[in-house]
Amino acid sequence: MHPVLEFRGVTKRFGTLTANDAVSLTLDKGEVLALLGENGAGKTTLMNILFGHYQADEGEILVDGNVLEPGSTQAAITAGVGVVHQHFTLAGNLTVLENTTLGTESLWSWRQDNKGAREKLVSLAESYGLAVDPDAQVSDLSIGEQQRVEILKALYRDARILILDEPTAVLTPQEAERLFATLKSVSQSGLAVIFISHKLHEIMAISDRVAVLRRGALVGTVATGETDSAKLAELMVGQVVKRPELVPLDAGKPILELGGVSTPGDGATSLHDVSLTIHAHEIVGIAGVAGNGQGRLADVLSGLIGGFSGSVKINGAPLAAGSPRDVVASGVGRIPEDRHARGVVGDMEIWENLASEDLRAPELSRGAVFINKAFGVSRAEQQIQEFDIRCEGPFAETKLLSGGNMQKLILARALSGQPSFILANQPVRGLDEGAIAYVQSQLLNARKRGAAILLISEDLDELMALTDRLAVMSHGRLSEALPTGSRTIAEIGLMMAGQSAEQQVA
Amino acid sequence: MIIEPRPSVSILRAGLAPVWAILFAMALCAVLIAWAGGSVLTAYGLLFKGAFGSAFAINETLTRSIPLIFTGLAASIAFRAKFYNIGAEGQLYAGALAATFFGTGLVTLPPFLMIPFLVIMGALAGGLLLLVPVLLKTKLKVDEVVTTLLLNFIVLLVVGYLIEGPWKDPMSLGWPQAASIIDEGVLPPLLAKGRLHAGLILALAMAVLMWVMIRFTVQGYEIRAVGNNAKAAEFSGIKVNRTVIMTAMISGGLAGMAGVSETAGLKGYLTLDLSPGFGYTGIAVAMLAQLNPLAVVPAAIFLSAVYVGSDAMSRAINIPTYIADVLVGVSVLAVLCSVMFSQYKVRLRA
Repeated sequence: MHPVLEFRGVTKRFGTLTANDAVSLTLDKGEVLALLGENGAGKTTLMNILFGHYQADEGEILVDGNVLEPGSTQAAITAGVGVVHQHFTLAGNLTVLENTTLGTESLWSWRQDNKGAREKLVSLAESYGLAVDPDAQVSDLSIGEQQRVEILKALYRDARILILDEPTAVLTPQEAERLFATLKSVSQSGLAVIFISHKLHEIMAISDRVAVLRRGALVGTVATGETDSAKLAELMVGQVVKRPELVPLDAGKPILELGGVSTPGDGATSLHDVSLTIHAHEIVGIAGVAGNGQGRLADVLSGLIGGFSGSVKINGAPLAAGSPRDVVASGVGRIPEDRHARGVVGDMEIWENLASEDLRAPELSRGAVFINKAFGVSRAEQQIQEFDIRCEGPFAETKLLSGGNMQKLILARALSGQPSFILANQPVRGLDEGAIAYVQSQLLNARKRGAAILLISEDLDELMALTDRLAVMSHGRLSEALPTGSRTIAEIGLMMAGQSAEQQVA
Repeated sequence: MIIEPRPSVSILRAGLAPVWAILFAMALCAVLIAWAGGSVLTAYGLLFKGAFGSAFAINETLTRSIPLIFTGLAASIAFRAKFYNIGAEGQLYAGALAATFFGTGLVTLPPFLMIPFLVIMGALAGGLLLLVPVLLKTKLKVDEVVTTLLLNFIVLLVVGYLIEGPWKDPMSLGWPQAASIIDEGVLPPLLAKGRLHAGLILALAMAVLMWVMIRFTVQGYEIRAVGNNAKAAEFSGIKVNRTVIMTAMISGGLAGMAGVSETAGLKGYLTLDLSPGFGYTGIAVAMLAQLNPLAVVPAAIFLSAVYVGSDAMSRAINIPTYIADVLVGVSVLAVLCSVMFSQYKVRLRA
């Protein structure tokens, strides 16, 4: 009997980079295979080849023993491959039913077979325990429900191979549990599932087998029952990378003081009466599902937003709201959420990006007209060395940097001035283990010398490991920041979903 | 067909891109010339001779390149900030209107003051004309391509009204033209023979000035940062709207100078055919120059040579002068494609 899916020596090169190096892999019916690897290990490239977005340079893919036509999305769908992307592909203004049937009907048919479609959808939903209202508008659904619609969409198209790309990144812990239950029932009914992730505990919880990719090559396939997280981590990274640990320090004087900060608008992304104090030698974390006001809070603290009520003080002085350069000058170091979109100007040179925040300072530009390039370049050279930015030098184009090195550039810019307050918004998202350890140790060093740090993250493990106190943000409201560890992951998950502590008790 | 980015782009490859593009455009136009019944070699020979074959020809080519340098710079600077000013034609006429308003007797100063005065007034007029579209863009997000393009026609109608009506020169024997610029305001000729005038010096100075600004100043840095990644620019503390407005003022000002230079340097008075589309050709110049202010000068001279040379060519053999427009148009398209090819490679599917 043939395996449901087989990769045979799949190789894909981008220029000098080999994204997939002779990957051979099989997937059986009813199996949950976890595809594990760091960012940039080639997981997504491999799935894109399967789904026909890319074409392999060498090798082939077989479904049920038949060669899949390369480079054709249609062929992949017809063969029964269904993908749930990390970023959903749903039309918010349509209903669940309409989203499910979208694209499955012939353009030439003169009426929609809604009845048949509804019956199929409802029976699918029942048999897999994916409860959703077929007539609900998708934009009204929670993220977890939208993900269920994505899965239903794939099942509706008779998918027999279901691929989920980092499916838990947008979920609360409770929603993730529910997803795992769904995947179990889906696989028990005979579907083959590929679960892409770099979170080890999830993989241990859900998968039957783990395939580990490192720098494009398959370094091992192991049965989940015969391994543990530590072994998998070593396989994934190639060596044991120890993440830095938080050593207890006594908190110092208050550095950042937020008092009743609100921003205009009453949506979930606006701030409502947010208060928080962070002291010297302290890292305070904010947990929350994306889009619950964290971005707005970061914008306020970065100096991007001038219009808010309440008070923000740094070292006792009011924040220079609405003026990023003055905010930086007052001792704030900022690590933005999205390094490509906000952190750097890709087409400019590395030294120019390192100079962007204090461009008009006297040492960098005489009379704010001519740029003192000599100073900018020599300072950049120092920073490149100090922060170990791997590049051709200060004149290299910034967009050529890898994600980790781009983040080091941003760290160099944010931390060189020894800021007393550091805003770190998703500082390790998308980085590999080595870079994560580097960024985290830099933050810990800053804490040691007396900086106050606000760490916004969607990764609860990171927050639990790296923060002194933790607060949860939901619908623009911030909970009290309690010592990390005084609340369980489950409690925090419920708070992320919008339940207050009192509701949990009741 | 698959398009993939090249891992690295060599300076040589990037620099040669426009050369390949021009050769490609000439090859394509060779087909058209042959189709029109001409000999390709003769035609291109005549074109070259018409543009560079004599002192007179060179003089004409350089003269015609002056407004193109100004409008090419105007487009280069604006496009750097991703502000798509398509209205250099209108701003050119605004500059010409200012030169006519102040330079036909209203103000009389000695030449060393009068000429800078007219240039500044023309630049102000061009900049102010662009103020409306840029404020609409920064405040209300109105697309500047539409507003700047449509303003061109409004300005042309205003010019038409003025030179047919209140500003019509009574000495012009009925021709629709405004009064002549007074002698103090006329840009002096550079050579004893030919039409080349001091506008060239001003244009070259502006090219150098813009290059220095873009490369070495805080303002140039901010323009590039805003054009390349406005969000990152804002995050680092650059005032994005203020930068776009300043860029627009400079761009409009440069186009306005083209109008002063043509009115006070070449023609001597304002007419409706002052510019045969210099504002639009300036966009082609900027594209050929890949928005580099220094490269604008050779690009402007090249396009000017194509136009001047094709006039001569079409007089000598029976090829329409429209071939010049085709050559320019194809060159620009080819440059845009070749820039892409220098950054990406295309692989045919196996």
